[in-house]
Amino acid sequence: MANDHDGTDSKAVGSTVEKYGDNLPSAGTAVVVSDEIPNPGFEPYRARVADLDPKKERQQERRVSALFIVSIIGTVFAIVAYVIFPIVPGDMNSVRLNNLFLGIGITLAVLGIGLGAIHWSKSLMDGHDMVEQRHGTRGTDTTRAKAVEVFTLGNKESGFGRRTLIRRTLIGALVVTPLPAVVLFRDLAPGEDPVPLLQHTLWEKGIRLTRDPSGTPIKASDVTLGSAFHVIPEGINELEDRLEQKAKAAVLLMRLLPEDLNVSAGREDWNYNGIVAYSKICTHVGCPVALYEQQTHHLLCPCHQSQFDITREAEVIFGPAKRPLPQLPITVDDEGYLIARSDFTEPVGPSFWERLQ
Amino acid sequence: MRIGTHNSMAKKSENPSRRERSSGRRHPLATVALLAVGLLATGGAYAAFTTSSAIAETSTAAEAQVEDGAKLFAANCATCHGLALQGTSQAPSLIGVGAASVDFQVGTGRMPLAATGPQGEKKPVQFTEDQIAALAAYVAAQGPGPGLPPEELLAGNGDAAIGAELFRINCAMCHNVAGAGGALTEGKFAPPLVGVEAKYVYEAMITGPQNMPVFNDQNISPEDKANIITYLKTLEDTPSVGGWGLGDIGPVSEGLFIWIFGLGGIVAITIWLTAKSN
Amino acid sequence: MTTTTETPAPATGVEKTNGQRFTGWAANYIDERTSISGLVKEVGRKIFPDHWSFMLGEVALYSFIVILLSGTFMTFFFQASMTPVIYEGSWVPLKGIEMSAAMSSTLDLSFDIRGGLLMRQVHHWAALLFVAAIGLHMLRVFFTGAFRKPREINWVIGFLLFVLAMGEGFTGYSLPDDLLSGNGLRIIDGILKGVPIIGTWLSYLLFGGEFPGFDIVGRLYVLHILLLPAILVAALGVHMLLLIINKHTQFAGPGRTNDNVVGVPIMPVFAAKAGGFFFIIFGVIVLIASLFQINPIWVYGPYDPSPVSAGTQPDWYIGFADGALRLVPPGWEYEIWGWTLSLNVFLPVVVLTLFIVVVALYPFFEAWVTGDKREHHIADRPRNAPTRTAIGAAGVTFYAVMWAAASSDLMATHFRLSIEWVIHVMQILLIVGPFVAYFLTKRVCIGLQKKDREIALHGFESGRIVRLPGGEYIEVHEQLDDYERWKLVSYSDYKPLMVRPDAQGRISFSQRARAAMSNWFFEDRIAPVSKTEIEQSKDHH
Repeated sequence: MANDHDGTDSKAVGSTVEKYGDNLPSAGTAVVVSDEIPNPGFEPYRARVADLDPKKERQQERRVSALFIVSIIGTVFAIVAYVIFPIVPGDMNSVRLNNLFLGIGITLAVLGIGLGAIHWSKSLMDGHDMVEQRHGTRGTDTTRAKAVEVFTLGNKESGFGRRTLIRRTLIGALVVTPLPAVVLFRDLAPGEDPVPLLQHTLWEKGIRLTRDPSGTPIKASDVTLGSAFHVIPEGINELEDRLEQKAKAAVLLMRLLPEDLNVSAGREDWNYNGIVAYSKICTHVGCPVALYEQQTHHLLCPCHQSQFDITREAEVIFGPAKRPLPQLPITVDDEGYLIARSDFTEPVGPSFWERLQ
Repeated sequence: MRIGTHNSMAKKSENPSRRERSSGRRHPLATVALLAVGLLATGGAYAAFTTSSAIAETSTAAEAQVEDGAKLFAANCATCHGLALQGTSQAPSLIGVGAASVDFQVGTGRMPLAATGPQGEKKPVQFTEDQIAALAAYVAAQGPGPGLPPEELLAGNGDAAIGAELFRINCAMCHNVAGAGGALTEGKFAPPLVGVEAKYVYEAMITGPQNMPVFNDQNISPEDKANIITYLKTLEDTPSVGGWGLGDIGPVSEGLFIWIFGLGGIVAITIWLTAKSN
Repeated sequence: MTTTTETPAPATGVEKTNGQRFTGWAANYIDERTSISGLVKEVGRKIFPDHWSFMLGEVALYSFIVILLSGTFMTFFFQASMTPVIYEGSWVPLKGIEMSAAMSSTLDLSFDIRGGLLMRQVHHWAALLFVAAIGLHMLRVFFTGAFRKPREINWVIGFLLFVLAMGEGFTGYSLPDDLLSGNGLRIIDGILKGVPIIGTWLSYLLFGGEFPGFDIVGRLYVLHILLLPAILVAALGVHMLLLIINKHTQFAGPGRTNDNVVGVPIMPVFAAKAGGFFFIIFGVIVLIASLFQINPIWVYGPYDPSPVSAGTQPDWYIGFADGALRLVPPGWEYEIWGWTLSLNVFLPVVVLTLFIVVVALYPFFEAWVTGDKREHHIADRPRNAPTRTAIGAAGVTFYAVMWAAASSDLMATHFRLSIEWVIHVMQILLIVGPFVAYFLTKRVCIGLQKKDREIALHGFESGRIVRLPGGEYIEVHEQLDDYERWKLVSYSDYKPLMVRPDAQGRISFSQRARAAMSNWFFEDRIAPVSKTEIEQSKDHH
């Protein structure tokens, strides 16, 4: 290898360390010039104040030590703070103080060591640039030959290459052995088909609309113009899978003037005197579409800003959603409480491959 | 028609004498009598048929307040809201909006609207408390609507846990879980709630200003409104437990902070670390 | 083989201190059982180049150690269970509310365990810093071409580490089962459902049934504290091993060649600097965690599919995915033969996957274009590889627009804009931005190269104006010394590939493609200054 301690002998790239036999590796489309500017070698060393003046050296030493002492103080303070700033249950200020002072103690403890170590290395430790030679990453030809020999012998002594039947069946066995591990994970999901579950919600004919979260039923007369009620089906709060059902059954109830609603054919009796109920689960990726603007009659989903127009049966007017929010057909029972006429007539929430099945 | 008028005018100029006119069927004082009867009738009917208790009070102070309110209204609000509060193309009707609406809108400075824009925003209040009370009384007198909230519901003595749950379900999607405010469509926004007086919170809930839905007492009962106010007060009174809150808007400010100050500061440290000492 | 167990004889005439005697004894004891002296000899005086941008990987490594320490503390207190419990702890607005044990234990950790809140905040801030440092480190490696041979594999491993770190972060912040992260999981559920054919089943598999189910926090916990860290630590180990074997790259400079490494030895300077730096990173993170609140889950409340907060964003490193979802125009969902194809959800997934695959494979692409099979240990200055730097700028712009789009609603409220306008502008920027960034960056790089050339040949303007006897004013140019000039002129130069027909007179498609790429990369090149040019310019001065 070239003696490179003054940094002038070797070229920038593709130098002698990479010579394999008589060949250098291909330089591809690199331009190899013959009259490139030579490397000027190392710059002269520039001494630091601590190198020249013993007094400055001692000063730096004291600074480094001071930083380490700050660290010790920090450690002690952290432990003291842990004790003298206890948490009084219910007092948030005590939590805040504990957090603050314990944290500052630990900060000083570690920063002291860090800053001290670095100051020491910068100002006092030997500052000369040192050089290390690289070796070609590729092994030498002899090493590689030995490595090849290892495998040749291995092959010869086992007959791996020769015994094709053994080799092929071995590879076959190894490839398929991990497959049961994949199969084992099937029971991460329950046995049933998810598609029918997604196509039905708790809503069915006669279920009362109730307030979220209390579960009290809602009278039609409660819903005045401009109102927005957050609705869950009656009885949901007693269920064990309350949240799973809520993730499909959450509904937003609003009242508009009947003339403002553009009711399509077949949906004439889905609203009650201008009171409409729509699924709250966004048809984009499932966030609750909860923002109702009572004057514009727009619903806004806060996650990705899809907007739905209630005067046009929750049609998408902006944003990445495609399908309108499903409408829950409602009416009133004989006591005046709002009830569902039936379940939603399509799956609620984000679209999925089998949605129309 | 003109000819007729011309004729009668011709007649008059021809016969200026009062005597001749007085031989007509009307007594000179008939008009006065008619006016007196009319006033008595309408006044009496008004007094008889009115149901608002505020007006049923016959104290002159209340009447004076309503009168003041009427004058203020005519001068500052009628241009957009109509002299009879019927509304115009520029502003909605105020019949039935109640004292609560007025106290909220005028008390927070949103009304009178100063400029067109996506929504009316909070700005310096233009009227004194007395004037606002007068306006509120006047508007309330024109039609029954939500009144000012009672003091005990604003004190913050409710249940913060119930209030918090209701806040998350009904309010957080527009105003953010910490009440830091949020975006609506087309340039509108739900304002931050931190530092807002309890009565304005109550009034906003019950009146549904601009695009905010109306949370009537059957949707969120007065007790529940008090619970929500209690929760907001708890948020205001509790310091950010973990340190400075960075605006309480969540991961966006946290991410910006770590890139600009965290990583930025650390890069500065690495430059110091690798620089040659002097 | 002899089996002497003699300790090295002390230096004659020098009395050993107790400390030295103990160290000698300990070193001997260990070496006799582990052959550690071999390792010390090999590694102890290895040289590391000393540039600040080489420390970014260390920032990532040390913040990862902080994460491990703080995370381990929390595992003693956190319960990764979704069993409903009633919270009866210190935070009054949640008292009596039903929530999962995960959320309840996180609240207890925050409000009833001394140092618990500090550890939570340290952990979360460190995680944000960890991914940010990986990103910045990756950009440094990219823009200096440090992914070239022999470091291509290390680039791929680093890319894997980036993905793992993002996964760790996402699984981690979803553990408390709060409203913010729960809505994030809801979005994941929606994204999975949008995958064609297998999507519904994937969602069902991940959540153990219908969303949200009772399993997800426990499963994410396993990923977060066991599987992902194990793979991460293993990959990190390989990453650092390769770094040691390949040695670090260095910038061109006097005395630095492709065959050497110039810098500081591990013992003592690098150990002091790197060790000290670990403590500094630790300190900076703890300082931030003491002073600034992060992720106040008590304000968000427990996850419920009904409420949602205005300003719902994921942690910053997932922002680009959230932003991508927001930028999709309306209506991109189709029904084909009774099956629903949700391109509005699936297309961002595909585009982002392709994007990161392109990033992962870039070194191989560039190697194919240049055909350069030599080892490269000198880091490029970004300006000297204009096309690569411009491609990087375009990629960063693409990523940054998506990242910014995640905060579209906050931009609307803070800058008084309408969200519709913000989103439309971002949609345009997403497509146009990368091209503009590419063009501008390339021109800036070439301009800087030309300037370097000028300075190398003619010196730099010194600010001294001299009036010549004839009346002409000139500015005196000061020549660079050899050391400074070397930095400007020592870079590798490539020319576009010349294709030649093969024996049958044909040019294959891959050859043509390669020539086209090569042309794109190197057509506008500025050749480095040569010796003859320097001599010529000297004659003129």
